[in-house]
Amino acid sequence: MALDADLVGRTFPATAPYLVTEERVREFAAAAGGSWQGGPVPATFPIVLAFAAMNDFLDDVGVELRRIVHGEQRFAYERPVRPGDVLSATLAVASLRSIGGNDLVGTRSEIRDAAGALVCTATATLVHRGGPDE
Amino acid sequence: MSDTAPAVPSPPASPLAVGAELPVQRYPLTRADLVRYAGASGDRNPIHWSERTALAVGLPGVIAHGMLTLALAARAVATWTRDAEVLELGSKFTAPVVVPDDDEGVVVEVRGFVKDVAEGRASLALEVTCGGQKVLGQPKAVVRV
Repeated sequence: MALDADLVGRTFPATAPYLVTEERVREFAAAAGGSWQGGPVPATFPIVLAFAAMNDFLDDVGVELRRIVHGEQRFAYERPVRPGDVLSATLAVASLRSIGGNDLVGTRSEIRDAAGALVCTATATLVHRGGPDE
Repeated sequence: MSDTAPAVPSPPASPLAVGAELPVQRYPLTRADLVRYAGASGDRNPIHWSERTALAVGLPGVIAHGMLTLALAARAVATWTRDAEVLELGSKFTAPVVVPDDDEGVVVEVRGFVKDVAEGRASLALEVTCGGQKVLGQPKAVVRV
């Protein structure tokens, strides 16, 4: 299934507010084999928000997660994430092109705190694979 | 970590000198790590735990989350920079890290080079490989120094 070109420029609703707890940060650090004892939150932690926004987006446009492979991910941080933050991500589709039966979807998710201040911008390329069993 | 070898020179004041090659970091990955990461990150895509699904969508087997590989690269950056504030981080995911269903799994190796240090920012070029093959495309990090 090819995605519709008029998705480009669309902004999707913000994700449900997410409370960053010490326990969540500890679990995230441990999942990459590390440990967290109160220092900086792991740099890739905002993917939790960006991923939630991507899931909402895929549900909205009717794409199965299993057909998605991550092509590129970048983070630009305005400030570090801290336990106690209540964060929400807003995803916009920045680009869409088709190569060899796959859609390359460029997304940009702004992750903001409860006051609306930008914490991190996460940009991603999602590869939507047209597969053998589709 | 050595505390008994006086012949070892003390480390430089800052490891982030332009041109410096940072010590390689090695991280093992097994299927169990993938399941753990799926839970902690919320990424429950079955291509990261179901061989059947991975093969059905044309992948060579169960693959690690690209973001898990990038998280390992970020761990290396934190180690090298002693937890410096990260200002930018990113990469392309150019080759899948296929993780076999055994106890050994695979080893992800992260190398780093200091490209530039200016105006309180250090830019690090990374090289992330698995089995001798680069798996991330142009991974880089910028940290506050």
